[in-house]
This record gives sequence, C-alpha cells and structure tokens, in this order.
Amino acid sequence: MEAFSRVTAVALPLLFDNIDTDIIIPSREMKSVGKTGLADGLFAGWRYTAVGNREPAPDFLMNQPPFDRARVLIAGVNVGCGSSREHAVWALHEYGFRAVIAPSFNPIFRGNCIRNGVVPVQLEADSVRLLGEAARADPLGQQVTVDLDAMTASSGAGSFGFALEEDSRAMLRNGWDAIDLTLQHRDRIAAWREADRAERPWIYLEPRA
Amino acid sequence: MPATLFEKLWRQHRIADLGDGVALIAIDRVMLHERTGGVALDSLSKSGRTVLAPGQAFAVMDHIVDTLPGRSDATKMPTGMAFITGTRAAAHAAGIGLFDLDDPRQGICHVISPEQGIVLPGVTLVCPDSHTGTQGAFGALAWGIGSSEAEHALATGTLRVRKPRTMRITVRGRLAAAVGAKDLALHIIAQVGSAGAQGHAVEFAGDGVAALDIEQRQTLCNMATEMSAFCAIIAPDDVSISALEGTPLAPTGAQWDQAVAAWRTLASDRDAAFDRDIAIDADEVAPMISWGTSPQQSIPVTGTVPRGEAETEANHRRALAYMGLEAGEALAGLRIDAAFIGSCTNSRLSDLRRAAAVVQGRRVAEGIRAICVPGSGAVKRAAEAEGIADTLIAAGFEWREPGCSMCFFAGGESFGLRERVVSTTNRNFESRQGPETRTHIASPELVAASAIAGRIVDPREA
Repeated sequence: MEAFSRVTAVALPLLFDNIDTDIIIPSREMKSVGKTGLADGLFAGWRYTAVGNREPAPDFLMNQPPFDRARVLIAGVNVGCGSSREHAVWALHEYGFRAVIAPSFNPIFRGNCIRNGVVPVQLEADSVRLLGEAARADPLGQQVTVDLDAMTASSGAGSFGFALEEDSRAMLRNGWDAIDLTLQHRDRIAAWREADRAERPWIYLEPRA
Repeated sequence: MPATLFEKLWRQHRIADLGDGVALIAIDRVMLHERTGGVALDSLSKSGRTVLAPGQAFAVMDHIVDTLPGRSDATKMPTGMAFITGTRAAAHAAGIGLFDLDDPRQGICHVISPEQGIVLPGVTLVCPDSHTGTQGAFGALAWGIGSSEAEHALATGTLRVRKPRTMRITVRGRLAAAVGAKDLALHIIAQVGSAGAQGHAVEFAGDGVAALDIEQRQTLCNMATEMSAFCAIIAPDDVSISALEGTPLAPTGAQWDQAVAAWRTLASDRDAAFDRDIAIDADEVAPMISWGTSPQQSIPVTGTVPRGEAETEANHRRALAYMGLEAGEALAGLRIDAAFIGSCTNSRLSDLRRAAAVVQGRRVAEGIRAICVPGSGAVKRAAEAEGIADTLIAAGFEWREPGCSMCFFAGGESFGLRERVVSTTNRNFESRQGPETRTHIASPELVAASAIAGRIVDPREA
C-alpha cells in the first residue's frame, strides 16, 4: 500500500445520504476475480446513461470537468453502507480518489478504506456541507487538502480537524501492511491459541479438505 | 463490574491491546464465498502466506452460482465461471473445507453455517459478507469484513478491530400472529434509520426476542446490517443450543456437555450498562414494506408514502422519483411485476412454510413472475419432502436451486428495466435486483400474498 501524508485536489461533492457500495460499484461491474479493472465501473449506475453502455450521463457531476479529476469524495451520512465488497474502495482508489469526507461511514467500508490507502475523514455534517458546497461552486479555487500530519481537511471554506485511531493512521501514513504488523505478535497469538484450546477444544477443528 | 455479553466475548478473544480502542481479536471461524473470498485466498497465496488454521476456515459457493435447475460452473453472469473455478482451486490449495456446487450441503453461507455447526455460541466468526451478523442469532460474535481483512484473518487467526460501542434493543411483549421478525426488523430500522446502529454491537433482548424461533432470530439479526450495526447478537438459550445439537461440526459427547456449560454463562449481566438502550413495543409492529431505496424508508403496508422533511428532502425526492411514487400514495394496491422469496434473510424452511401457507390452493396472478430460492440444499430437500415445493410450484412459482440468486443483479439474471418487485431480500437499493428495478422488501407472507394478488396487499387480508 502506498504511503499517504497529504493530498490537495479537486473534490467531488455527492451530498446524498446512504451512498451504498452498490452505487459506488454495481455488482455487474465486478467482472474479474482480482482487485483491478474496476475504475470504469465506478458509479456506473449514475455515470452512464444506461446499464452496460459507457455513454457519460451529462448531469452526473463526475462527468463534468474538472470534477472528473477529483481525488477527494465528499458524501452524506453513512457512506459505503450495504455490501461489504472491497471492490468499492478498489474502484475509488483506482480512479484516483485518496480521501472520502463524510459525516459518518459504514464500518466495513471505513476499514476497507484504511487498508487501501483511502483516508476516511469524518467531520460534522455542517463542515462537510461547507466543504462540499464550496467545491461544487468553485472546484478549482476550492480544492480540498487532506493532511494526515495535521489531521485536517481544509479548503478556502475552512479548516476542520478530524480523528483517526493511531493504528489506522500509522498504517495509512507509512503504507504498512496490516498482516505484517500483526505477524509481529505471532508468539502471543500462538500462546493464546494454545491456552484457549485447553478451555474450548471444540473450536479447533481438524482440516477436512 | 457487570458486563454485557459483547464485552465478555471481546475480553475472552482479546490477544493484545493495540492502543486507542483497537485490539487484536482472535478469530475462531472464517467463512468465504466465491464473490469476495476467492480474491482473498488468491491474494494470500500470491503474497507467499498460508492459512494459519485451515480447519477453522470454510468456503461456500452461493453468490455467483446460477440457481436454475441443471446449473453448472457456467453462469448467466458474464465471467462468473472464473469466480467459481478460482475459488474452488484456491480453497483446495489452501486446504480449507469447501461446500461446492454439487455438494448436497451447498447453500447460502449464513444458512448453511448453523446447519453444519460451523457457528456456535461464543465463537468469533467473520466473513467478507455484510450480512454475517445473521449468525449472531446463535450467541456468536459474527461480523462482516472486507476481502483484505479476510486475508488477514486467514493468515493470522486474528483481526485488528476498533472496539464498537454497545446498544441493546429490547422487544417488549410478543409479536402478533400475523407479523414476524422481518416486520419487526423493518419497524426498528424505520425508527432508528439506516445509520442508526452505526459503530455499535447490537444485542437483541426482551421477551419478544426470546419468543422468536431460531430462524426468525436469524432474520432479525440479518437485518441489523441495514441499520449499520457492527454486529448483532442474541444470548444463547435452549432454542439456539438445541438447534445446533447433532450438527456435523458441533462438539459431541462430553465435549458437548462442556461446551453447553460454557455457553450457559454467555449473557449480559443484569446490571450491565449499554451505551445505548432502546425499547420496542411488539404490539405496535404491523406488516411492513419498504417504499424507497433504503431499508429505513419502510412503512406499515396499510400506510401511505411519507412526505420528506427539510434535512432529508434531496434523498426523499430522489427515492420517490426512482420508485415512481408520490408522497401520500398508498402502497397497498400498487401493481407489481414480480415476486421473489429467498436470500440470507428469508430462505429458511419456516419462511417457505409461511409463504406456502398463503398461496396454498391459489395461483400467482397473470403476468407475474414469481420465484422461490431455498437457502440451502437441506432446506430444499426438507421443503420438497413436506410438500411446500409442490404447493409453490402448483401456484406458479419457479422452484430453484440454493444460492443468493436475484437478491442482487450481477450482470446475469435480473428483473427487467424498472420492474416493480416485492422481495423477501434485505436491500431495496437502486438497481439492486436489476436495471432500475423498483424493489419493495417485506416478509415472505406479504410477498406471497402480493404474488397471488398481482399487487401489493396486506397479508392479513389475503
């Protein structure tokens, strides 16, 4: 995962609540088993005029320059609700998004963001609206900066602090792989499992394959 | 200090404190499906890592497989076969158990897990599927994760988890005979909202929950996902423990007795404090149905589509336009194109039994496409033995092979453009069941009754 410290970019304000992962990447756009080849399907239902075609829907903001170059998404409450599909974040990242600003996040989506170099920026609804409305009115003049050192999201509309637990912040800033971090606890995990096996032997099934 | 059930399971599984509210939590069971699990196994093997405990991991074919009779690895969904063959090969290579397409035990992951005794009270169970909380109905700590986290759980036997807050939803009194867990769930979601339980581990409690059978409990926990709960849990009792006794992977003999003794201690202490505590009166729950594009946009079937409020006006207008409805309009009487019974929410034997009771001796209305997809091979065989399948088929329902089927549109089978569908599934999102489909989610009884009428009806009047 790439390390992240700060991004300044055009922001795409989609100020709807409950933007679900089916909207971010419809199931029909998840065509391959891997994590790539998804950017074309990002927001497909809103972005194209009909299912299956690639004709840009003119009224969808991301199709209107300079919003097509956005790297920060600004959304309403409960962004990323619905399906656990990590493809939603893989698609956002592949398209170029590096941060999502919203008043609240679905927990699975939030975890997926952190593991893929997309910063989840949770702000008060009023702050989100201020940043979003400014970005919409003047996308180039009101570019948004998300800074993981200062822990702020800012534009000409204002600067707002946000919080992130240290574990996630460290992973994002350093581009660390969570599995590598956890394997540093390998001995503790093994000791825990051994002690637990004595107490709950029924947990430890033999492989059947 | 008195502790909640969640807190007890959290402490028991906490291997290390990682600071700032994050802990390294031991994972007892990992389930995978071919949609999001294959990619986790693939990525794991590409990074040169192996599965720490293959005996504790299971792969299932449910999301992409066709549910048409005579199905094979080839799917209606373009490129679907690659997910199936890829997951099969990866599961074999990793040495984990696989419930393959031709396996009589195959079915939807959350339906087959308790049938096989994969889920047990007190276990931590994760799956890259948002409805994993369904399995909390057995007193397990079960939650949905992404593919990267699945890879992490497979490789390390753990997850790094930010501790959720706790929320108790107490259901006071019993549900009326004509309403069930799906109505209760939609009633709660309509009250608390789609983000109403965000960041919370939800415990369902109260005599109204204790009175639910084990399948209804799974429906209730399943729908907690639609209020963004981290997980849902119901303390184990005779109902859930006896449902698991004798299942293939449950402990046996002396170990069963030892396990049951441990499970009996799994309950929130009487004075345990929850971060949030809400109460629901069961007698206020009516048959429910969604009108919009979020499960929170649900109303009693006797109601009318509400008007938007200032702060949600944009969402409200969008949902109305999408659904082809107007504020003030009654849902009952609205013509439908199709009816769907299935999914991890409502595809168990008792769901199908209730649907069959409604359609017994009647016919699906002219021009209505009606589909029933049992949740597992075991459910299908039991429904056939009991005559449920015959009843549904005689009424004009398609009778399918087990799987997730048309709960979501993956590019293959779908309901047609802008078709209006009543569905026992969990999501009414835009284009969820097909291009611009207008999905109304409801109970099996309401869906069955509406299929017969050809329009949305109150099942109490069917």
